[in-house]
Amino acid sequence: MSATLSEFLTVLLIFIGTFISFLSAVGLIRFPDVYSRAHALSKSSTIGVVLVHVGTLIFFVFQEGFFSIRLLLAIFFVFLTTPVSAHVIIRSAYRTRVRMTKTTVKDDLAEYFNREKNIEGIETQDAR
Amino acid sequence: MPTQVLLNIFIAILWMFFQDSWTVLSFFSGYLCGLLIIFILRRYFKEQFYIFTLIAAVHLVLVFIWEALTSTIAVIKEIVRPKVTLTPGVFKLQTGLRTEVEITLISLLLRLTPGSVVMETIPEKGIIYLHGMDMPESEKAVMKSAERFEKAIKRVTRNE
Repeated sequence: MSATLSEFLTVLLIFIGTFISFLSAVGLIRFPDVYSRAHALSKSSTIGVVLVHVGTLIFFVFQEGFFSIRLLLAIFFVFLTTPVSAHVIIRSAYRTRVRMTKTTVKDDLAEYFNREKNIEGIETQDAR
Repeated sequence: MPTQVLLNIFIAILWMFFQDSWTVLSFFSGYLCGLLIIFILRRYFKEQFYIFTLIAAVHLVLVFIWEALTSTIAVIKEIVRPKVTLTPGVFKLQTGLRTEVEITLISLLLRLTPGSVVMETIPEKGIIYLHGMDMPESEKAVMKSAERFEKAIKRVTRNE
């Protein structure tokens, strides 16, 4: 009984993880600009990958009686590194003047860099 | 904190010698005894009892996981909406945190609140610029949760 239950839990977790990863890939295509795409990619895919890892961990604990500390480390590093990559990507995107989408309502960062608002459709002097 | 941990390990080794059994089990029981002794003597140390700091750190990790789950759900809601109606924007957040560790921690946490990614930080002034996905709502959500995060972080780094 316990074997079937743990199998069910494993399959469920891995399925949800895969589904969330798939949805985040869909978001990557649907969202309008780099900045909103960073949301879709970094957040949802983190949880997707972490759920797959947790499912694998549970499988090995119950089926093989082996607690893999390396899987825990993988979860830890995924959690730690994806925010950094998303931050670096959109930071460099803003610094190299990648335009934001037309529906953008606010741009506080413009005054910090002392330049015109970085939004699509607004003509600026330094537009390339 | 390092003094307390060292003292605790020292007590554990001493306990192991008194028992005359060189096993992990006796070391562990000695460590527990040391925890009890340091807990009783905690008001003679300059710093807070280190287990309290540890508990605060564990609390921070739990907050982190919870925020990750809720923000994932929020993003997925936006993704599966039939028509994408985003109103993104960049906004400023003023925090009371200054050191590098604190700024790193709050950026990690803030990224996970529904609909926000950190764009730029100015650590000397404690200012963080964030990109919000759904403008008025995500700014409000961040402002609300930022205070909670700040408190949780200060409890770990400054023992407040």
